Amino acid sequence: MKQIISSWSRVLVTLAVLAAGSVVQAAPATPEMLSNACAGCHGTNGVSAGFSMPSLAGQNRVAIAEAMKGFKSGERPSSVMGRLAKGYSDAEIEAMADFFSKQKAAPAAAQSLDLAMVAKGKTLHERHCKRCHLESGKEFDENAAVVAGQWLKYLQIQMADYADGKRKMSEKKADKMKPLSRDELEAIANYYASIK
Amino acid sequence: MTVDRRSFLKLLSAGTAGVGGASLSMAARAAEIMPKSGRRVVVVGGGYGGTIAAKYVRMMDPSIEVVLIERNRQFVSCPFSNLVIAGERKISDLTLGYDKLAAHYGIKVVFDEVTAVDAEKKEVVTAGGSIGYDRLILSPGIDFRFDELEGYDPATTPGIMPHAWKAGEQTLVLKKKLEEMKDGGTVVLSVPLTPYRCPPGPYERTSMIAWYLKNNKPKSKIIVLDANPDITSKAGLFRKGWAKHYAGMIEYRGAKKVTVVNPAGMSVLVEGIEEVKGDVINVIPPQRAGAIAVKAGVVGPDKNWCPVNATTFESTQVKGIHVIGDACIAGAMPKSGYSANSEAKVCATNVVALMNGRELVDLSGINTCYSSITGKEAVSVAGVYKVDQGKIVAVPNSGGVSPDLSELEAIYADSWLRNIMTEMSS
Repeated sequence: MKQIISSWSRVLVTLAVLAAGSVVQAAPATPEMLSNACAGCHGTNGVSAGFSMPSLAGQNRVAIAEAMKGFKSGERPSSVMGRLAKGYSDAEIEAMADFFSKQKAAPAAAQSLDLAMVAKGKTLHERHCKRCHLESGKEFDENAAVVAGQWLKYLQIQMADYADGKRKMSEKKADKMKPLSRDELEAIANYYASIK
Repeated sequence: MTVDRRSFLKLLSAGTAGVGGASLSMAARAAEIMPKSGRRVVVVGGGYGGTIAAKYVRMMDPSIEVVLIERNRQFVSCPFSNLVIAGERKISDLTLGYDKLAAHYGIKVVFDEVTAVDAEKKEVVTAGGSIGYDRLILSPGIDFRFDELEGYDPATTPGIMPHAWKAGEQTLVLKKKLEEMKDGGTVVLSVPLTPYRCPPGPYERTSMIAWYLKNNKPKSKIIVLDANPDITSKAGLFRKGWAKHYAGMIEYRGAKKVTVVNPAGMSVLVEGIEEVKGDVINVIPPQRAGAIAVKAGVVGPDKNWCPVNATTFESTQVKGIHVIGDACIAGAMPKSGYSANSEAKVCATNVVALMNGRELVDLSGINTCYSSITGKEAVSVAGVYKVDQGKIVAVPNSGGVSPDLSELEAIYADSWLRNIMTEMSS
């Protein structure tokens, strides 16, 4: 009897809420719904116009998902991203990663770069980075990120986080990165930023 | 999206004719312009919400015609306008036009003021004539409840005691008054009770005025008269920033509601009794949804803000009218530019779903908001939102404020502005 009353009261509550027009039948947030909310900072369909915020369009799906999970756990340093990533389930993160990976990539708009550093960075890329950051950083192996055509400021912040030991690296990456000086990391950042 | 350039240009000139059409007879004005040939969404207000709603409806269903009606040819962003007051930004950095957005997405922009909405006939009335719609999205921002401030003349007081709570000319009036003030002067800033546009805005403004004074008129001070019992947003961070940079310069007084203004004597009265004088007085009046929301009958029982369905942003008062941005009651989502951007996308998604008889999609929303403490350092707040039991709530255990003020936050703030303004304008 008690159960019947409680289920009836639930129906009544539901009816009251429906009458007020505030509850509707709706599907769970789609990948597009989840991802569009990010575009205020990462640009429409993930093409960023802000120097310190990366473009996500055409990014490696695995790299986006790893980044978000790293922000969520606090393993990867961030400003707002850690606080935002905690708002999503792993399934939602995978859905957003998939959405952005399928968008058409567009290199950053004209940015001022140091041409000597670009040339130096190219040599360093060939020597240290190209086995994972394929095709001048336009393509990727496994979980490596697309770094070509990103904003210089964003790449510089990431390089600084690596050099300061704030951002963890895989053993494979650490082997390649550790011998590089800050000046060399800056050169590599300039090189990737220059790729169209 | 291919754009019919000729019809777009024709529309632009039609808008011009409407604005300059004061000599037309009343009958001619009420005539329908732009007769509907297919399905149409009309968006009123070309700010943080309206531009995005118009764009995303077109992105999601190019077969729906979108008409964006805006009274100003250019939009000036409120976010970052406090930095203009401090001389850290140019107002041109915050100013947008509509040409690129209109051309890229085939949005028909009409520069005119909406004076009435006929929800029965499904049309909006502008000075240039009436425009029909299938669904209407209102993103009207805010207007002021001047009548709650005794002695306030809406025509003259803003020139003497600028509010600068709609960016543009008012921003520059406040800037000029600060520049003209003598060193050793007193700035008074009054904050209305919540809810108002941009919860941390008054405290960022306090910080930016203090930054200007510290660098230019260091003997001066600021008195903040806050109607709220305490700083309403990012309180710990503002206090920390003020202690670090502006010790002795900012006098914050909570629970001090300004009820009377005296422009002739350059003073305000707290609760009608306690007089506070200032050389520059920045009165931020209490607010409500933009006037067209009141005229359309979509403000709720509080007579100020618009209750909406949390999934579709359709008014719970009037069918077929959706309200987004500062004007609506969006549960846990604050009245911020980013919230308006995020709400616009949710609204567009579900307006398109409704017009195509498709299933609605649950809201997933974000707010990110930066406040400058100095010309170099900023703080931030972020949140993720979902719908629970018909209400917009923050996703538990997510969001919150930055641990500290920092230069890195200010770098991200700059990119925030670049991205969100680019999203609105192209």
